[in-house]
Amino acid sequence: MTPASNNTSKLPVVLRADEVWKSYDDGAINVLKGVDFEAVEGQTVALCGPSGCGKSTLLHLLGGLDEPDRGRISVNSVELNRHRSRIRLLRYEIGFVFQLHNLIPDLTLEENCLIPTVAAGINRSSALARLKDLTDRTGLSHRLNSRIQKLSGGERQRTALCRALMNHPRILLADEPTGSLDEHTSSTVFQLLLDIAATEGVTLVMATHDRALAARCDRLVEMHDGRIREPQHL
Amino acid sequence: MIFLKLILTNLLRHRIRSLISIAGIAFSVAAMLTIVTILQGAVGMFSGILSSDSQIIVFERNVSDLFFSNVPASALAEISTWPMVQHADPVLFGVVTSSDHPIITCFGITASDARLRKATWIEGSRGNFAHEPNDVVLGQRAAEFLHAHLGSSVAIGNGTFHVAGIVKTANGFEDGGVFMPLAAAQSFFHKPGASSVITIKLTDKKFAEAFKQRVKASYPDLIALEDEEFTRSYSQFKILKATAWTVGGCGLILGGLGVANTMIMSVFTRIREIAILRVNGFSNAQIATMIFGESALVSVFGAIMGLLLGTALLFILKLIPALHGYVDVTIQPLVVLIVIVLSFLTGVAGALYPAIYAMRVRAVEALRFE
Repeated sequence: MTPASNNTSKLPVVLRADEVWKSYDDGAINVLKGVDFEAVEGQTVALCGPSGCGKSTLLHLLGGLDEPDRGRISVNSVELNRHRSRIRLLRYEIGFVFQLHNLIPDLTLEENCLIPTVAAGINRSSALARLKDLTDRTGLSHRLNSRIQKLSGGERQRTALCRALMNHPRILLADEPTGSLDEHTSSTVFQLLLDIAATEGVTLVMATHDRALAARCDRLVEMHDGRIREPQHL
Repeated sequence: MIFLKLILTNLLRHRIRSLISIAGIAFSVAAMLTIVTILQGAVGMFSGILSSDSQIIVFERNVSDLFFSNVPASALAEISTWPMVQHADPVLFGVVTSSDHPIITCFGITASDARLRKATWIEGSRGNFAHEPNDVVLGQRAAEFLHAHLGSSVAIGNGTFHVAGIVKTANGFEDGGVFMPLAAAQSFFHKPGASSVITIKLTDKKFAEAFKQRVKASYPDLIALEDEEFTRSYSQFKILKATAWTVGGCGLILGGLGVANTMIMSVFTRIREIAILRVNGFSNAQIATMIFGESALVSVFGAIMGLLLGTALLFILKLIPALHGYVDVTIQPLVVLIVIVLSFLTGVAGALYPAIYAMRVRAVEALRFE
């Protein structure tokens, strides 16, 4: 146990997976095989493991994008079992960042970032103030009216990060957020992710292949063949 | 604002497809507007013939068409004497032919008839009407296509008639018709002593109900209807209106299928975008609103273009000499409203399946294949 893990052990658990199973193709492909996982408030967790080991699937289940075949997922101590709570979850409690930015190409940076606020019905002036804050911190404030096609890969991923944080979620789930970036940009974006997670106080759970980057997180969780082999506290 | 931009962006992203969809609705709306307006105009003109300076029409009960109605002269004679009647004008309708025109409407009337009183006499005068049994007065358009003028002879049906006057009337049917002395028309159409209808002007409109009841009591084979009642209930008008709306409706359904096709393609080609919106908290209702909003915009643009196109078409039709007087381009606001509402509903119906499909998009599956 490291000092960091000692500190976090008294914090509330915000994400929990209990004996979660998930398969595809009518059970032909078992992706998760009884995963137990939890993350506490403000913690940064790296999910590491080879391709196909179930990292992304676990993130999707934790974020309410998919449902487990068996087991329970809880966010902030509330079990995800109803559609309505999933909408609320995606609007206010969880932000997603994907490997590909998943921005809408015909909209500007500003418009892309405002999408979650439109979904949640947040008034425009509050949304714009939040956007200004985030783009100042991510160095994108001069690109607000740029279309997505005009942005570099790093800028796109930072835009996706801003969008994910627009509604002040307490949890950020990132699926290979630097997977499509070059080494230098990858490191910069990753550090930005950690810095913002720290200043916003959000819990960050991130799937990554890059062990060097993963080492910068509070905790590394190793996955293999649909199971969590052993959690490591860094 | 972003919501609207999401809708507009998608329409602009596939401009040609959107334009084809809008054109589909526009042509449907134009077709519906044109057909309905022409037929309503025709109905209005025919009603106008009957209600010329009168409030009530008397005709034979249960006839499918006024051309088959026979009102005996005895009824006309008696009804004319009723104190509530200011004047009663018999009209005998008939269809005659000439060498180039298979259908010409013929009106057998008396010299005192309102149609001749109200008409503008281009050649001849009302005093000359019915001096001779074979005298006819032609509507201006009829005179044009029969190449007739005052004093000339025209061959109509099996007879040859002397043109005693040419009149201009606002009514297309009358302007393209032939006015014959009643007696000559009765002889020509083998309906001695009969008329098709009697048009009645009352001394006061408040006697209308009493008049109708008296006709019912005195002449069980006849029926008296106020002009508006007649327009509403005459089966030929009903058939015409139903036909117009049905044909127009079919056009709109075709337009709606075009919208449906566009919207289905629109949803299929941006499943990923819908998934992104879902991940960012869009509910089913918001996704559906976006899809319906898109189809509603297509429908509204289509309806506006269709109304402009239809109006232009009606004006062009009005300019065609052969249709002069037949096409009434007075577009009724109610028709415009109905057309807009129908096109809107068609667009929404066209978006129903695409919206349901979009609501079923599972973000996790759509985003998995990066």
